[in-house]
Amino acid sequence: MPPFPEAARIALANTQLRTNLAHATATIRDKRARVVAEVDDWEELRTAGAATKDRVLLDLDTHLVRLEESLIRAGATVHWARDAEEACRIVADVAKAHHVDEVVKVKSMATQEIGLNEALAQEGISAWETDLAELIVQLGDDLPSHILVPAIHRNRAEIREIFLAGMARAGRPAPEGLDDEPAHLAEAARLHLREKFLRAEVAVSGANFAVAETGTLVVVESEGNGRMCLTLPQVLVSVVGIEKVVPTWADLDVFLQLLPRSSTGERMNPFTSTWTGVTPGDGPQEVHVVLLDNGRTRALADEVGRQALRCIRCSACLNVCPVYERTGGHAYGSVYPGPIGAILNPLLRGVGVDDQVDSLPYASSLCGACYDVCPVKIDIPSVLVDLRAQVVDAHRGGVPRPEAVAMKAAAATFRRPGLLRAAERLTRPGLAVVRRVGASAWTGARDLPPAPKESFRAWWKRTDGGRS
Amino acid sequence: MNAREEILGRVRAALEGAPPPPVVEPRSVVEPRAVVEQGAQRPISRDHSATDLVDLFAERVADYTATVHRCTADEVEAVLTELLGDRTTVVPPGFDRAVPHPVEDTGLTPTELDGIDAVVTMATLGIAETGTIVLTHGPGQGRRALSLVPDLHVCVVREDQVVPGVPDAVTALDPTRPQTWISGPSATSDIELDRVEGVHGPRTLRVVLVAGDA
Repeated sequence: MPPFPEAARIALANTQLRTNLAHATATIRDKRARVVAEVDDWEELRTAGAATKDRVLLDLDTHLVRLEESLIRAGATVHWARDAEEACRIVADVAKAHHVDEVVKVKSMATQEIGLNEALAQEGISAWETDLAELIVQLGDDLPSHILVPAIHRNRAEIREIFLAGMARAGRPAPEGLDDEPAHLAEAARLHLREKFLRAEVAVSGANFAVAETGTLVVVESEGNGRMCLTLPQVLVSVVGIEKVVPTWADLDVFLQLLPRSSTGERMNPFTSTWTGVTPGDGPQEVHVVLLDNGRTRALADEVGRQALRCIRCSACLNVCPVYERTGGHAYGSVYPGPIGAILNPLLRGVGVDDQVDSLPYASSLCGACYDVCPVKIDIPSVLVDLRAQVVDAHRGGVPRPEAVAMKAAAATFRRPGLLRAAERLTRPGLAVVRRVGASAWTGARDLPPAPKESFRAWWKRTDGGRS
Repeated sequence: MNAREEILGRVRAALEGAPPPPVVEPRSVVEPRAVVEQGAQRPISRDHSATDLVDLFAERVADYTATVHRCTADEVEAVLTELLGDRTTVVPPGFDRAVPHPVEDTGLTPTELDGIDAVVTMATLGIAETGTIVLTHGPGQGRRALSLVPDLHVCVVREDQVVPGVPDAVTALDPTRPQTWISGPSATSDIELDRVEGVHGPRTLRVVLVAGDA
């Protein structure tokens, strides 16, 4: 992926994308604001959510060990995965042990993060996405562009084309004479996927929450595809980031209020499923849970950034972000786009290694809207600023960037009064030269301020500090 | 080192010198709970009269276009007959009301279930503020697949099962039971944010809300 500024420039030229995004984000923003206003103790809920997550993160080893014990007691098999490759191998091994060449999947950010579908394909196993938007993305050989509504960048006509071209390749073809009515498109997806649900033997999911005390996993969703995957197949593998743990069942009270209202702008999402290991005679009889690190312990070690691990993936920050609204998710080059992606990716992957990742902390106007809506009070602007400093630090030594040269020169000038006086005299002619030469790397994204008529020192001397 | 030890080791190393975890104070739940309804404030007190609560539940369920049918205990079977009509209906063990064309659950496969038109279940509780019904899949509710595959779900909820909010529900529920929280029928907004009902779960949800001693 190209760094954000390049990717954003391409996205900005796509007027269809901008129209789709502006409509979608404005709609979800309004819905969210309405249902949040119904809750009198919303601020208390946010504080409680943040505190509960902090309590988990600052004592994570204890909670993970407890979760493991509860899961095993409830009949689940627990696996630990250091990175994406290890997690994918565990899932593939479970599928192979059951001699299947396909699995059905519940929409899950963790499995996208680890590139599970591609890894399973390498092993000859087809992973079928069953969320409508994920199906659109998968059949269109596309990438998701939003955490909640991954196909937000597509309109109905494009979706019809994707279904007509892609469904036959993957199973039951699109119905003849399919038009672009959303209800008809959804019906086509229902028929196409039902065939897969009914025959599936192995399902893969993530989890929104994992309760340490009881070993209960929770998946929230809207369509019912989650229930299909979690209930019909005999084998279920859930890939769960180690930050998803909450201490007790009672803690869910807060999160089940915060998540749907922040995410889809509903009082409650249509379906929430909870399960605790294996229930004899009901649902999967073999339950695996993969506890995934993949950079989370790196993020945990970052004193400022560790709060990003509180994230419950609601996507409220995307919908209020002026940068996301104009560029869409693909420009962020990751399954986690928007403000949260701009901090989560550098935290999970580290800075100073990849130019694309290093560009993300700058993909923000620092307006703070993301902090205001975050249901678990992640101070995204502060983390962005801290990460910018880390990116600069990571590039010390070697050839300095033009901005670093300018800052260094400025620092030296400010330290020496004589030099500063000289510099001030040169400001007007200097700016004129810069305008003429066109320092486009800077002025392409920012306005060059007009030069003051006189310097501060000259003004002080003339007016005796404003006294005359 | 195995993955488990290595990850736990990384966690401990990452937290070295970190502040102690915050003590989470119990939240003071707002009381009385004010519910804003189309601009007008309608206070729902925590020690509200039961009628307020049941009305709110009915209103909120209906908000999701899940039809609510209110009746007395004596009328339940008549309502079920009317709602289910000619449909074949899977009836979970422990459901003690008569339905017109019952199919017993004898461990039906998903494909067999797919050939049945409707399912009727009881519920464990209803949540007024969110219009949610919760199934814990015990007697009268059936295993999870039953209330999932057929296209019509008729759910019988007693008025005395309705609780005010999510905190009350979480407190009342047993986490070791599998649970399905249902707030309206299956829905998606994935295509241009147009809400389309019924993608995968039951496309129609009918809630029979029973007054008095049912």
